[in-house]
Amino acid sequence: MELTEFIIKTLTILVVFVLTLVIAMYSTWGERKVAGFIQDRMGPNRAGPGGLLQPLADAGKMFFKEDFIPALANKWLFISGPSLAMLTALLASAVIPFGSTFRYGGAEVVLQGVESNIGILYVFGVVALGVYGIMIGGWASNNKFSLLGAIRAASQNISYEVAMGLSLIAILMMSSSLSLGDIVAQQHGGNWNIFYQPLGFIIFLTCSFAECNRVPFDLPECETELVGGYHTEYGSMKLGFYLFAEYINMFVSSAIISVLYFGGYNYPGMDWVYNQLTAALGTTTGHNIATLIGTGVFFGKALFFIFFYMWVRWTLPRFRYDQLMNLGWKKLIPLAIFNIIITGACVLFLKPYITALLN
Amino acid sequence: MTLMERAYLPAIATGLAITLKHFFAKKVTIQYPEVKRYLGPVFRGRHILKRDEDGRERCTACGLCAVACPAEAISMVAAERVKGEETLYREEKYAAVYEVNMLRCIFCGLCEEACPKQAVYLRHDEFIPVFNDRNQVIWGKDLLVEDMNNRYTREAWTKEEAHILDRKRADGEVTNVIPRAIP
Amino acid sequence: MNPTLSFFYFLSFLTVLSALMVILSKNPIHSVLYLILTFFTLSGHYILLNAQFLAAVNIIVYAGAIMVLFLFVIMFLNVKDIHEEAKNSLTKIAAAIVGGTVFVILFGAYRKTIIAPADPNTFDSQVGMIESLGKLLFREYLLPFELASILLLVAMVGAVMLGKREIGERHF
Repeated sequence: MELTEFIIKTLTILVVFVLTLVIAMYSTWGERKVAGFIQDRMGPNRAGPGGLLQPLADAGKMFFKEDFIPALANKWLFISGPSLAMLTALLASAVIPFGSTFRYGGAEVVLQGVESNIGILYVFGVVALGVYGIMIGGWASNNKFSLLGAIRAASQNISYEVAMGLSLIAILMMSSSLSLGDIVAQQHGGNWNIFYQPLGFIIFLTCSFAECNRVPFDLPECETELVGGYHTEYGSMKLGFYLFAEYINMFVSSAIISVLYFGGYNYPGMDWVYNQLTAALGTTTGHNIATLIGTGVFFGKALFFIFFYMWVRWTLPRFRYDQLMNLGWKKLIPLAIFNIIITGACVLFLKPYITALLN
Repeated sequence: MTLMERAYLPAIATGLAITLKHFFAKKVTIQYPEVKRYLGPVFRGRHILKRDEDGRERCTACGLCAVACPAEAISMVAAERVKGEETLYREEKYAAVYEVNMLRCIFCGLCEEACPKQAVYLRHDEFIPVFNDRNQVIWGKDLLVEDMNNRYTREAWTKEEAHILDRKRADGEVTNVIPRAIP
Repeated sequence: MNPTLSFFYFLSFLTVLSALMVILSKNPIHSVLYLILTFFTLSGHYILLNAQFLAAVNIIVYAGAIMVLFLFVIMFLNVKDIHEEAKNSLTKIAAAIVGGTVFVILFGAYRKTIIAPADPNTFDSQVGMIESLGKLLFREYLLPFELASILLLVAMVGAVMLGKREIGERHF
């Protein structure tokens, strides 16, 4: 039994890993396509139908370029920078619940890499580590622009982590659990957190933009000021890893947003669908198909947020650095604290009243 | 600033709406190798050495085009027509070798202006293709002289003519212009 | 050998090694990176003890925030260029004596400690979980908890006051 469990876990983790990589790969294609469409262009359309083979072509190009290390760079740290960025980006997808359960031969398999009772803290910790890849790479390049980019990335990530954590606390107060599986299960049907936490959602979204170093907060790689920012000296697949890590981060944060605020695999009317399917196809097949629909809904939400990231990128101009810091410390943190107070008051005073009224 | 402007989010929403509108708008891209845009009647593209109606080469190797050329791309070797070659060359002297260095050429069209025999033209409908090799850079007579089965004509000669043609095309009066022959 | 035990030995070896490398590295950046590694291995120990909350918080707060600031400051200062001329042999000897004494005291103290053997009947594997930790902090240890938060608040106010620009002073 223990062996089958081990095999099932390994398979789940492998599937999650591959899915994350494939989605990140096609995000690069999607980004260029969205950029083209927003600018009234077609985007890549030469490699394969609709340019679908473009990521492979890009990867091939990246692999065959010269793997260059500057003479005065710190060699080991220079290599470990992109590796760390990739590692921390991939770690986070382990705890995301992709769907409810699969029934196979009487056993229930949870569609989640690791079910942990500190799920959201784990994600938070891994995201906090994401900045090391950038910092180490930027410092090891032995280049002033890289260093400035790295330092910008570090201070930006630390600043926005505070507001992000505070906006999360309001969610945690409502769900009274740190496990992502529990948080999703509590938003059963259409009972999503976004309806209770609109302010928290906006803060969280803004902070996730900053954490992913995406426009309008992409100052670490601000090309008008810093050449290429922290990856000025990088080329070939090491640069590819940095760019790829950004897309993985984007997918992970989109998934986390949809889990925390948009009910993950829940959708309105899922109970009705579930009952119809189990009545028509039996408890095993019907259950599995209902789970698959839920997973599809989850990916739909996550992909929408990836699209939203791109949409914002090709709409907004970049912030100035002092504007970025002012927004983080003087606006988002007070707003997040205000949100916590409101949520606390509602949980304490309003919730018993409403439940009494409903019953 | 008003409160709406200070709140920042409404402005972002407006911006997002604008980009979304463009997302679904008609794309302006022209799919180049498959679809080619009409470049106008006096576009200066690929060189051509014209023949006359009887298929005789017009060039008399006077060298005026080579003198006019600011990039010094043109070189030629003259030769005298011998008896029996009257069907090949119109004048008594002709260019045995006529070469244009396509890496030097800047497509200014001064050779076209200088030519007293109306032999050199820059086509309005064709480009010089991409070079893959240094051997392809210098174009000799084999590539430059006009093919009698596929003669080159130009549909308009002046800006005014071109405008009239454009207007007619826009009104749908003219769909297929029969170009005027080069004199 | 028990996998948990072998993992414990591996982690402990890694912890001691990286902690040693912190003080043996010439380059301060390397020291900081080894210190981060030490925090990771410590978090591994916490997970072995089934204290997942502590492990996560250790990584978020220490590895994720404080060490980033350390790295930040060291990168800005570029300590590599400053030669270590100030450290003469006297300071080195004094430091060795002080460090050695602390080590001896710690060693002596821990040698005498009796570690209570775990009782399988009363042992609660969930003691390190976030629920029990929260209940303890907010019931039995509420006063120290609040006092610690006030201490942190005071430190924060002090830092803001120190960092504030005085009237008439301009840096840029």
